[in-house]
Amino acid sequence: MNSVRALRGTGSRLLAGLAAAPARTASLAAVIVGILLPFWVGPYWLSALVWVLIFALGALGLDVLTGRTGQISLGHAFFLSIGAYTGAVLGLTLHLSALLWIPAGGVAAGIVGGLVAPTALRLKGLYLAIVSIGLVYIGQHIFTNVAYLSGGPGGRAMPAPTFGSLSFARGLSIGPVFIDENGLYYYLAFVLLALAMLFVRNLGRSHLGRSMTAVRDGELAGAVLGVNVARTKITAFVVSSCIAGVAGALYGSYLNFATPGQFDLVLSVQFVAMIIVGGMGSLWGPVLGALFVWGLQSELDNLAGSLPFLQGGTHTTGMPVGDAAAVVYGLLLIVFLLVEPRGVVGLGHRIALLRRRRRVLQSAPDMVSSVTSSSG
Amino acid sequence: MTTFALLLFAGVALGGVYALVALGFTVIYRASRVINFAQGELLALGAVLTAWLVSAHGLPFWLAFAIGAAVTAAAGLAFQFLVLRFAISKPDFTIVMLTLGLATVVNAALDARFGAAPMANGDPWGSSVLRIGNAGLPWVQIWTIVTAIVLLAVFWLFNRYSRSGLAMRAAASDAEAALAVGISLRRVHAIAWALAGLVACVGGVFLGGYPNSVSPQISDVALLAFPAIILGGIDSTTGAVAGGFVIGIVQDLTAGYQPQYASWLGQNFYLVAPYVVMILVLLVRPYGLFGSRPAERL
Repeated sequence: MNSVRALRGTGSRLLAGLAAAPARTASLAAVIVGILLPFWVGPYWLSALVWVLIFALGALGLDVLTGRTGQISLGHAFFLSIGAYTGAVLGLTLHLSALLWIPAGGVAAGIVGGLVAPTALRLKGLYLAIVSIGLVYIGQHIFTNVAYLSGGPGGRAMPAPTFGSLSFARGLSIGPVFIDENGLYYYLAFVLLALAMLFVRNLGRSHLGRSMTAVRDGELAGAVLGVNVARTKITAFVVSSCIAGVAGALYGSYLNFATPGQFDLVLSVQFVAMIIVGGMGSLWGPVLGALFVWGLQSELDNLAGSLPFLQGGTHTTGMPVGDAAAVVYGLLLIVFLLVEPRGVVGLGHRIALLRRRRRVLQSAPDMVSSVTSSSG
Repeated sequence: MTTFALLLFAGVALGGVYALVALGFTVIYRASRVINFAQGELLALGAVLTAWLVSAHGLPFWLAFAIGAAVTAAAGLAFQFLVLRFAISKPDFTIVMLTLGLATVVNAALDARFGAAPMANGDPWGSSVLRIGNAGLPWVQIWTIVTAIVLLAVFWLFNRYSRSGLAMRAAASDAEAALAVGISLRRVHAIAWALAGLVACVGGVFLGGYPNSVSPQISDVALLAFPAIILGGIDSTTGAVAGGFVIGIVQDLTAGYQPQYASWLGQNFYLVAPYVVMILVLLVRPYGLFGSRPAERL
């Protein structure tokens, strides 16, 4: 009896564990799994995982602004493009080390974010969302026309990272272990994501993080209590754009090229979908969201040959995979907003709560039953 | 001078389209206090469907137009009944994001079904023009202006004199009070979404007229109605319509003169000019030119 229950509970326990287990254990497990993962999966899924990590980084940046500070932005793609083109100019045109051009992408995007923020500050809620759409189109217009930076509408090549003698294109041998280009990108993105998550976690516990929560939950109330709303919003903007810039530099680099057309509204909406599906305002939400949205796309890509209604493999008719994925994550966006606005992370919390309630019921049924029945 | 007059006329026609799209935004905003990010996709749905019925099935244009408008209105209604109904007490943020979800789904579905290949609009006017002296006014533009003005007038009468219009105005001014005197908010929302779908389709079909063509990407153009509602203020119907005409004229004049006088702004600057105007306006007046500043309360 007990073993049956244990088996049935494994899946839910896994999810609940993510939410309820001490954060340190969970993070440690994630790091170990993360380091070993490239040795388990094939090249196809390794490449998909690199995308997941890069998108998780971008989504983490958006979550600082939207999930933690409550400012709706559809302009995230614009800040990614700043990071990507900064990386391209410094890495390819000036031949600098990746130690310089990747952070520089973040710094440049952060500076632009800081310049835009005061304008955005004057706007509340929906107005900001609209203006941020304008930002995406204006950014695309600038990068299409400033050809000596961006290569114009056709785009330009992006640098592969080099750290001193380590070149990503050649791979790396450590004793008997050889790590190819995909693997190196994986570890680079992994380290950057881990650092960003550590930073965002600490940010959330700092004075600034509490101010962000106050601005999100009640701007006026926060201001009355002494929160500097303007400074908080500007900082959130800068941090969010900075993380986006780093993600953009990686994104362009892993793709080998960048065109202004890539950084469109659809990309911004994808990030919004990621943080909502994963869970806003939580550390793991953006990561789970990116895993979901990109995992979905990769899985559909993988299955395209064998599913009759998808385009790919031998058949050329049917739905393009990108569109199919967009339909699914659009629907997921709707379902999660209606059913569980805290996203996948919220599902974990909910399951943990249910399990705890059941445990309490089992240990002291008489005492609790009257309480639960009266509360419904 | 003739060039200027022609550009101005084309601008008014384009403005009529923006005014219709902006009207769609405003109607929904007034009913439920959200911006419908799927308005552009509704517009694309109507335009693509109409063009497809004409070109692939040989339906007469007017019949296709009527079917397109009906389907688009039904799509708006369906979204209200299937999704938004369950979100009535949720925060604004949730509802806005729901419309974004709808936009994603419709956009991808249209792209999957119709691809990026442009279709002919199938309207009876084509590229024919009305000759006045040396100048020629495209019939498409004339009919756009006529239709826009007629539709806007009909909406104004509906809003002003019908019971439903009264209910919509009551709901816009105070939803709770409206509920208390027996107005069905659900019905108000349903009417708003159907109306928004209808005007979106009309706007889309006229936007697809010569020299343009129809493809799912036409939804991008609809986003240019955002600057219109910002100029006019989201909660003002008259403001949105006025904003639509202003943005249309600004855009066409920019298209006509910027390459010659301000070429350093880059190619196709007219496509982003409305956004630039919008940001400048918002810098000076954060709630739009005619928008009302909401009272804040703890």
